Amino acid sequence: MPKSTCPPLNQVSERNLSLAEALQNTLDEDQLTQCMRCGFCLPACPTYRETGFEDASPRGRIALMKAVYDGEINPGKDFINQINLCLGCRGCEPACPAGVSYGRLLEQSRSAIYQHKPANRIGKSFQQILLRQFFLHQNRLKKAGSLLGFYQRSVLKILVDCTRLNHILPKQIRDLESILPVVEPVSDLQTVPPAKPVGRVGLFRGCIMDVLFARTNQHTIQLLNAAGYEVIIPDDQTCCGALHAHTGDRNQSVRLAKQNIEAFAGIDVVCSNAGGCGAMLVEYAELLKDEPEWHQKALSFEKKIRDISELLYDQIERLSFRTPVHQRVTYQDSCHLINGMKVTTPRRLLKKVENTTFVELTEANRCCGSAGIYNILQPEMANRLLKEKMGHVKNTRADVLITSNPGCLLQMKLGVNRAGLAGSMEVMHLVDFLAENIQNKQSGMIGTGQ
Amino acid sequence: MSASKIIHELEQIVGKKYCRTDQEARLTHSYDATPLFQAWPHVVVYPQTTEQVQALMKVAHREKIPVISRGSGTNLGASAVPVQGGIVMVFTRMNKILEIDEKNLTVTVQPGVITRQLHDAVEAHSLFYPPDLGSMAISTIGGNIAQGAGGLRGLKYGTTTDYVLGLEAVLANGDIIRTGGKLTKNVSGYDVTRFLVGSEGTLAIITEATLKLLPKPAFQQTMAVYFSGLDAAAEAVSAIISARIIPCTLEFMDQGTMKVVEEYAGIGLPVDQKAMLILEQDGPKELVEKDLAQMEQICQNLNATKIEIAKTGKDRIKILEARRTTLSALARATATTILEDATVPRASIPAMIRKITEISERYNVRICTFGHAGDGNLHPTCMTDSRNQDELARVEKAFAEIFNAALELGGTITGEHGVGLAKAPYMKQQWGIAGIHLLNRIKEAFDPHHLLNPGKIFYQSEEEKTCQNRPAHP
Ligand SMILES: Cc1cc2nc3c(=O)[nH]c(=O)nc-3n(C[C@H](O)[C@H](O)[C@H](O)COP(=O)(O)OP(=O)(O)OC[C@H]3O[C@@H](n4cnc5c(N)ncnc54)[C@H](O)[C@@H]3O)c2cc1C
Ligand code: SF4
Ligand code: SF4
Repeated sequence: MPKSTCPPLNQVSERNLSLAEALQNTLDEDQLTQCMRCGFCLPACPTYRETGFEDASPRGRIALMKAVYDGEINPGKDFINQINLCLGCRGCEPACPAGVSYGRLLEQSRSAIYQHKPANRIGKSFQQILLRQFFLHQNRLKKAGSLLGFYQRSVLKILVDCTRLNHILPKQIRDLESILPVVEPVSDLQTVPPAKPVGRVGLFRGCIMDVLFARTNQHTIQLLNAAGYEVIIPDDQTCCGALHAHTGDRNQSVRLAKQNIEAFAGIDVVCSNAGGCGAMLVEYAELLKDEPEWHQKALSFEKKIRDISELLYDQIERLSFRTPVHQRVTYQDSCHLINGMKVTTPRRLLKKVENTTFVELTEANRCCGSAGIYNILQPEMANRLLKEKMGHVKNTRADVLITSNPGCLLQMKLGVNRAGLAGSMEVMHLVDFLAENIQNKQSGMIGTGQ
Repeated sequence: MSASKIIHELEQIVGKKYCRTDQEARLTHSYDATPLFQAWPHVVVYPQTTEQVQALMKVAHREKIPVISRGSGTNLGASAVPVQGGIVMVFTRMNKILEIDEKNLTVTVQPGVITRQLHDAVEAHSLFYPPDLGSMAISTIGGNIAQGAGGLRGLKYGTTTDYVLGLEAVLANGDIIRTGGKLTKNVSGYDVTRFLVGSEGTLAIITEATLKLLPKPAFQQTMAVYFSGLDAAAEAVSAIISARIIPCTLEFMDQGTMKVVEEYAGIGLPVDQKAMLILEQDGPKELVEKDLAQMEQICQNLNATKIEIAKTGKDRIKILEARRTTLSALARATATTILEDATVPRASIPAMIRKITEISERYNVRICTFGHAGDGNLHPTCMTDSRNQDELARVEKAFAEIFNAALELGGTITGEHGVGLAKAPYMKQQWGIAGIHLLNRIKEAFDPHHLLNPGKIFYQSEEEKTCQNRPAHP
């Protein structure tokens, strides 16, 4: 047998050494040490459960990071693969008795990897073009009236171009195309201030929401208004930076964070209607921890963030929901809402909807495999997770499957299509479902009159 | 045979994907849940059948390579750390529940089944598998058997060992044996089943287990009791058992633990009290209620300062919350948490706790104590930082004295976590030379070449005592 030692440093190329250094510079030693290797996070981790491999588990990934940090191993291709295989769903965090912020360690690792070697070719073109052009310049694109066209032509074309590089992908792309929402022309968001407002809320529009789900944003406002909130939509807000952070582009996230903090400076409550964005907004203080002045601002910004479901539930006695015909309703958690923002109100809200039966989805809090980049870069794992998820979804025999994040929504649609349930089951954002079934308390009318 | 040929042979048995020599796989099998112990294996294999285990073992036997079985790596004795390198054999793929036999009230499983999954599966048939260790959400049955795992229900229901009826195992030479069966009575030959329970993978590799089940108790009720003195709490424990009541749970928490839990969870524990007991009884409703009333009376007679009886399911969850969050609270308070399980006869609990307090003060280390008061199984837990070498040295000395104290009170160095590497140095003290010789001869009879999990249970060298961050040396 070979001697059981770690590979000596001099066997490793310059390139990998510098990745080790990048990781040593970014990883948080306290978080690494905080992990006591109890393994409690293992059953919560989709990639561990699928593979049965310790290095595909949170404990294993933290051990790998720590080994790089301690100089015990040099990170190579396999290390990067393992970090990429992680969904970033943070299902491991609530399971952890020691309170390890795994999401933070993951982001730090991805940031180091990105600095060192920005993803693979597909990922690179996808990330760069999608993230930089699409998200950063949304306002410019929107003003030019070309956003819709840009989205439908360019993004898909980029995706299709990418696929020539890799034979497994075309199916993924076609699938993705099939579930993209029909983009309705974006008119400006309308808000009707209530006579006696119970509070003033700033709406965080979110870039994906703003483009692909403009209707959901409009519904969010309607619901907030109905609950008695005055709604403000600051112009200078921008993308939350989550996708940049998740793919390792930390500098961009920092820029975006600062812009958002400024944009909402005069407002006490910020409403988010996408778990992915909300979970990012509450991480700004961590993101800006190296700049004391911004860190302080970020801390007070974080305290303002509320999910739409929480704001509605606060005023539940003012609201009433009823579906016109009886429906079975089930709910798939958004990982970032439940694990990142730690919000559990959507279920409670749904149970208030009259004329419906709420059915619990088995393992609803387990990641669905997530649409978007993960789906494209890790098709095999994403498909396995989605297939399992759809088995549970089917068992609910629900008429409506509800979720609260655009990524989850697209993924659920994809799953429902693939499982052949499209005819019998509708997939909806929580906000759209509530807005369509809100009753005017005074007049007893159904719907918000659109 | 050359290393690469051996690896090739192993690949032929389990498939390339399930025979791994990459540094990621090796590093992530260099540890288990025991702080401070680490050593790299050479190769990690994931068999799927008993035949594969047998074939792998035959290669290892021929080449004299150590084999370390591994479930989920949650043991706290460094029992799964491959201190001499070799092959780590992981059982995550052998995770099927093979049969739930409702006529004989048994369940037959592969070793990689997660304890919680077994609970859920049998409870769906209104059956009950009592061992409920704190780590059951992830520990495996193979690991539970090999470690002789206990849990909260030990007092009334016993531990894993009381539920193992029969085993299938692969021996060091690759032979397959079967012990016991779906039988309650069986006295043919030595009780080899019992040899293997708690053997920490040093005698054989368990590939299948038949376990005893009980009917699921119809009803449960829970209460929390607080005392201003340790002795009163301990007396309550003795008085309850003298009154012929055997509660299914009888948990204890000292003031230090209550404080940490309250800081973390803010559930309104009276932290000025010296001790807390959590009592639970299960069974037919009338009997449970009768026992609870009697326990309440006993605690009142002993001047308990506060008694809370759960009226609803919600109340029950609230009471159990204190115990449930103990580990989280302790683990979050500092970077490194060392959880021990020195165990004494029930009546010696106050003496033991006083001793622990005295020792922790003398060495200036922070130790909170909680545990299973009903069976004397305490968890003195040290909150420290593995980066502080000076403090670690004091912690080690303090624990050496704590183990000593447990032995002097007629107890044991480990009640449920096992010996592994972590407690091997204290074995001689507990067993004496003659005892160690006997254990050694049993080991030799099963495994003459020391291939199965070598270095565990038996103290070998200063070097192996702590293999901190040191790669293995075959
Ligand atoms: C937070 C925490 C709480 C805990 N609470 C408790 C508790 O309440 N009660 C308790 O008793 N323990 C407790 N433990 C300890 C631990 O969970 C148990 O020892 C458990 O039985 C280990 O199971 P595992 O699958 O993780 O085994 P591993 O750690 O992987 O292995 C344990 C031992 O079993 C051997 N082994 C594993 N599978 C096999 C097999 N198929 N054949 C032969 N040998 C095998 C290994 O070689 C090793 O020696 C706790 C641990 C933690 C981290
Ligand atoms: S974030 Fe999700 S996929 Fe990644 S380690 Fe945690 S649980 Fe596993
Ligand atoms: S649950 Fe937390 S402490 Fe335990 S292994 Fe996972 S990350 Fe580490």
